[in-house]
Amino acid sequence: MSTTDIPRVPGIEVDPRDLRHLADAQINVELDTGDMILNLGPQHPATHGTLRLVVRLDGERVIAADPVIGYMHRGYEKLTEFRTYPQITTLVNRIDWLSSFANEVPFIHAAELLMGIEAPPRAVWIRTILTELSRIATFYLFLGEMGLQLGALTPAFWGFRDREHVLNLIEAATGGRFHPNFNRIGGLKDDFPWGWAAEARTAMKAIFDGCDDFEDILIGNEIFEARTRGIGIVPAEIGAAYGMSGSNLRASGVDWDLRRDGRPYLAYPELDYKVWTHPDGDSFSRYWVRLQETRESARMVLQLLDGLPSGPIMAKVPRIIKVPEGEAWVETENPLGQMGYYVISKGATGPFRVKIRSASFSNVSILPWLLRGVYVPDVITILASLYFILGDIDR
Amino acid sequence: MSLQLAVDIGWGWTLALKTVLVLAVVPLAALVLGYTFLLKMMSHMQSRLGPMDPGGFHGWFQLVGDGIKFLQKEDVMPAEADRRVFALAPAVVVVSTFLVFVVLPTGPKLVVENLDVGVFYALAVSSLSVVGVLMAGWASANKFALLGALRAAAQLIAYELPLLLAVVGVVVQAGSMSLQTIVTAQQRGSIFGWHGIGFPFILTQFIGFFLFLIASQAELTQTPFDMPVAESELVAGYMVEYTGFRFLFFFIGEFGTAFAFAALAATLFLGGWSVPWVHGAAADVLGIPVLFAKLMLVAFLMFWVRFTYPRLREDQLQSLAWKFLIPIGLANILLTGIFKVAF
Repeated sequence: MSTTDIPRVPGIEVDPRDLRHLADAQINVELDTGDMILNLGPQHPATHGTLRLVVRLDGERVIAADPVIGYMHRGYEKLTEFRTYPQITTLVNRIDWLSSFANEVPFIHAAELLMGIEAPPRAVWIRTILTELSRIATFYLFLGEMGLQLGALTPAFWGFRDREHVLNLIEAATGGRFHPNFNRIGGLKDDFPWGWAAEARTAMKAIFDGCDDFEDILIGNEIFEARTRGIGIVPAEIGAAYGMSGSNLRASGVDWDLRRDGRPYLAYPELDYKVWTHPDGDSFSRYWVRLQETRESARMVLQLLDGLPSGPIMAKVPRIIKVPEGEAWVETENPLGQMGYYVISKGATGPFRVKIRSASFSNVSILPWLLRGVYVPDVITILASLYFILGDIDR
Repeated sequence: MSLQLAVDIGWGWTLALKTVLVLAVVPLAALVLGYTFLLKMMSHMQSRLGPMDPGGFHGWFQLVGDGIKFLQKEDVMPAEADRRVFALAPAVVVVSTFLVFVVLPTGPKLVVENLDVGVFYALAVSSLSVVGVLMAGWASANKFALLGALRAAAQLIAYELPLLLAVVGVVVQAGSMSLQTIVTAQQRGSIFGWHGIGFPFILTQFIGFFLFLIASQAELTQTPFDMPVAESELVAGYMVEYTGFRFLFFFIGEFGTAFAFAALAATLFLGGWSVPWVHGAAADVLGIPVLFAKLMLVAFLMFWVRFTYPRLREDQLQSLAWKFLIPIGLANILLTGIFKVAF
């Protein structure tokens, strides 16, 4: 088994170095005043944790921004070399801690691919449901948090309040609110508890209502639009060249979703859903795309609940898991973007080497380009709209 | 005309009494607004459970708990700080709040000092707080604080003008700058010859009222215009290095000024202490609760906006002030003048 072909984003030919002049044009060179270096972070409310931005300011205008990462580096790639496969799901849970379940899926897939095991259909569908639920949980926090970063306190609390619906569901099914550690090679630990599907249907209604609330309080608001429209525009080619993925790239008009365009995984080929894009590429479109995707995910959960097959949730798996020699690359569309694991096995109980491709790392790498010439408040808007999780950057 | 007591106790004692009253009113005002709006209204709007819990009934203990917390905090001063200016800044902010209360009338005879230029004085002293903010921002030796203080100063220049222009319409209608005269003009006025409820100026000066609300929102650094504090950008702006009691001073200043501005708006546009059909000594008794009710209504509007809207950017605020509010304010004055001459 070897690496399969990796789908590429269309329009990747542009080299970011050729586009330097675009960034230079954003900077005001008329007034020559002294600049000030401002440290945003590692402890700053806008950085969701410990991202540090060293910003050179001219007045309130950013001349240069330099992201410093690594304050939360936990060495997961190295740690995986000393763990067995079932133990590693516990680790990868904590990469993007808001959508832990979605992190487990690609790794488990890679292991299953190498072992030649396929999970039974019911397990696959339950995995899909939980992945979409963790997408909703992640985006809900974003939908509220974006308001908070722009100064509107109320949506943030609504986001936290309504996210509980989803977290309660995940807790009821897996036993863990944030770190379910629920995937097993060849299936799942448990089936859904009795009555879970009915609860989930009610919760999805609350999710739709909550999305309407966000739309009412933020999308229709003139101040919100003034603060986000035209702020932090990522042209499609540049976004792709920097390796951005997921909703951030779709907000730049690239119609690319690994659930549809990548190698088929989980139950996505059997689902009917729309991939949302927005042509503008600014902070507003990133918010808008995520809002639509939240609704789409809730719709997908309802579809999945309707078509949930019955049957076992575990395939036949040997008691001691030894993965045959080989290499596998599995990537999935996670809430934050493209997440992939390149697993190299030498036939032992644990992998020889795992390379983790996390979405946020690539998504924030565009920051030096994107932040040139904007105002300090826009730095916060852009950071909030790019939406990264520190664990996903530093691993 | 000034406060006249039933028993003449001499000017010295009267002065002392007035001072104590004003000193007591400001923290009390901050407490009332903080409790009603910051804790209760916000909790309801945002589904917050925390402030609804302490003390049992409706979380009444929360504010007391907060106060105790502030008293317990260590008084931290940055090593690089300009120590005297740092210590003085919160006091300057609170003093400017105290000074506004001096001219607010709460009844026909209940006013600490009825100045002839009352409106002008109130708006002038309220902007003194920016001096305190600048002092705090400079003395903190913190870049975030400095940015916040400079934003506050820029905001003051942009917003003092619409605030004054909004009030000019009222002054033209009442023919006086004295707050007491403005209130009596609203009480004695008539709507097309009907004397029923007097003539609150909001009926003709609604443009001025909205301008005043918007501009005072900026003056109070409340949410659509809270760039000087901007928790998510500048952490807390000029307050970032302040702890404990000094921080509490800023808090009292913020909410005390909000109270004062709500009272000012109620006085200028909603008829202040005046109650329909009530005159003489009864108005002195009823004046305080009536003014309080009116100002709470205005404060409700202010805080409603504060908890709902996102924050503008500093340059957007400037263009809003200079391109829209000031021309609208000037047009309002012109219209008021024409109507004043015509009728």
